[in-house]
Amino acid sequence: MTLAAGTAVRVRLDWPEARGPAHIRTPHYLRGKPGIVVRHLGDFRNPEDIAFARPAALLPLYHVRFDPHELWADGVTGDEVQVEIYGSWLEEVTT
Amino acid sequence: MNVIEAEGTRLLAAVRAILAAKGLVNDTEIAERIEATDRASPGQGARMVAKAWLDPEYRRLMLEDGTRAAEAVGIPMRGMLPLGVLENTDDVHHLVVCTLCSCYPRAVLGYPPFWFKSAGYRARAVRDPRGLIAEWGTVLPAARRIRVVDSTADYRWMVLPQRPAGTDGWSMEQLAALVREGDMIGVTLPAVP
Repeated sequence: MTLAAGTAVRVRLDWPEARGPAHIRTPHYLRGKPGIVVRHLGDFRNPEDIAFARPAALLPLYHVRFDPHELWADGVTGDEVQVEIYGSWLEEVTT
Repeated sequence: MNVIEAEGTRLLAAVRAILAAKGLVNDTEIAERIEATDRASPGQGARMVAKAWLDPEYRRLMLEDGTRAAEAVGIPMRGMLPLGVLENTDDVHHLVVCTLCSCYPRAVLGYPPFWFKSAGYRARAVRDPRGLIAEWGTVLPAARRIRVVDSTADYRWMVLPQRPAGTDGWSMEQLAALVREGDMIGVTLPAVP
């Protein structure tokens, strides 16, 4: 299922690099942070598998918007950080 | 041949021969790609920006599908990742960074400037974007939102800056000559000299 624009999500709080060799396109500073889906950018092969020449599934890629204040103590609410995140790294937030 | 210790040019020749033998890519295609890479420069992106400033139809295409817009002005995009275009307005200013490495829209901007790959730029862009661009002398109105776009994956991003005042009646060539690479990354704003 593709996440719709406006969906509240959270980036998984996970550190696969602590478990062994890994190639990860989800920056550290976003792990565990809440965001909002801006749009579905398309489906792309999982780079975490491509990097090791493993069969790579197609994953939805989303542009996700974050509130800088959620990321940094001195982040300015009102500004935005917008990042491409693969669907496998997002959890839907139910309120 | 031991791949780790092989001499570079011999290794390259061997890889090219294998690619050709497998029908994956031939010498002509490699030559074309080298030529396109050499031709890629901020001047290519500047042509797109100038055209978007003059042609609303083209502007729409550029914002909807940067890859098609680049191809429409003769920039080869085959095999390139999709190009996304971020439109600066009176409400929002975009700043592009790749915090993980140095993802950059090379087809339309050429090689990234040295600072784009620096740890300092990458760390500060997401944490203190206003302080960072102030080092280029770029000061935005306080009410202007900054949207930092961290390029991490399968897209490449360029900024469509706002057309500066004092350029009424300018030709596409004159406008394109105004646009610098920093304007399309978001660290500077185009200005009439």
